[in-house]
Amino acid sequence: MTWAPLLLSLESATIAMIVSLIVGSGLALLLQWRRLPARDLVDAIVSAPLVLPPTVLGYYLFSALGIFGTTFVFNFRGAVIAATVGSLPLVVRTVRVGLESVEPNLIAAARTLGASPARVLATVTLPLAGPGIAAAAMLGFARALGDYGITQVVASAHFEGIGIPYTSPASIYMYDQFIGGHEDAARAMAIVTTILGVTILYGANRLTRRLYHRG
Amino acid sequence: MAELACTIELARGAEFALAVELRCPPGITCIMGASGSGKSTVLAVLAGLAVPDRGRVAIGDDVWLDLDRGIDLPVHHRRLAYVFQGLALFPHMTARHNVEYGMHHVPRLDRPTKARELLARLGVGHLAERKPRTFSGGEAQRVALARALARSPKLVLLDEPFSALDRDLRIQLVDLVRELARELAVPILHVTHSVAEARKLADQVVRLDHGKIVASGRADDVLRGMTSFDE
Repeated sequence: MTWAPLLLSLESATIAMIVSLIVGSGLALLLQWRRLPARDLVDAIVSAPLVLPPTVLGYYLFSALGIFGTTFVFNFRGAVIAATVGSLPLVVRTVRVGLESVEPNLIAAARTLGASPARVLATVTLPLAGPGIAAAAMLGFARALGDYGITQVVASAHFEGIGIPYTSPASIYMYDQFIGGHEDAARAMAIVTTILGVTILYGANRLTRRLYHRG
Repeated sequence: MAELACTIELARGAEFALAVELRCPPGITCIMGASGSGKSTVLAVLAGLAVPDRGRVAIGDDVWLDLDRGIDLPVHHRRLAYVFQGLALFPHMTARHNVEYGMHHVPRLDRPTKARELLARLGVGHLAERKPRTFSGGEAQRVALARALARSPKLVLLDEPFSALDRDLRIQLVDLVRELARELAVPILHVTHSVAEARKLADQVVRLDHGKIVASGRADDVLRGMTSFDE
């Protein structure tokens, strides 16, 4: 039994959470813009990872990243990218809930008080959407931590002939231990990742509730 | 002393076409009308929060909107004060920070002092470091007025600001607004349903019905014989 896969998962989920929060907040703001051309289409594309089979997503990513040889596949970088893509739609949707919870009158008031759109965003919109953004970060982290399908296709080192020394993330390690008959190790990893995931979701739920009961 | 002159035509997306021509000298103009008569839309166009199909808005020689000439000054470049129906105080900021928010024309270091002075002037100096969730209705109203006035506005828009207050508080605030109007000497557009409020406040009254002006002129003349607006 080794905890290295869990540490690797925590590390990749943290990076994935930061990237998906930055990109996801930008996409959420873009999708809030009513005059965005083909807004529904952009929304559908951003949300696609929620409904596509993870293996299909993994295949697309693998095909796209494979252009760069093994720079972004079969390694930690690939695991981070896979986890980021998996968590992105969840982050976008949760940030949007946070943005939509900000009363339009507060934004209008800030504008009539002479604030530029950038100042309104920095001083009113984002601070008031804060609990939603924090919940998005937590959900994104939890989703990244639990990713299996996309990571398996993009970052698994089990392909014949690759031969790159690489530690699998927790989800893949747990599956390998289970298939290999090491049930104790599989169970321990399953319990720890479950506790982590549920704790994070609990925190996200508390933040989301705060968002709805604010004021 | 600059007068507000505006013409607004707006048909798209509305239940009825709005066609309004207003001239408001410094002082209080009450805009009255049933719900959905277009009162708030007029204010939104003046503030730049809504764009009409055709229109012109000018304060003296300062043109904010002239669609025929391609002029449409962004909201944040229009020097106005807008008190919203729900007040729209920023809940994450103290009263002082709310008031300082619009003080772009005041040097940064002077803003806290000026904001405190303004809050004290409106009788809510003790709330300076408190957040809006702890304010009573009347206190929130005074802080919202202080914030609006902190911009040194050329135009003041009040969208039913007293609608949620009880009678005694209304009377106090009506007196306060009259006093401020004398000091500011700018056009103040006050949307209200209350004939009693309009009698106390207004220098002139404009009545709207389905997007059209049905009566306008000196308050005494327009309000004569009216006991409640819906009659």
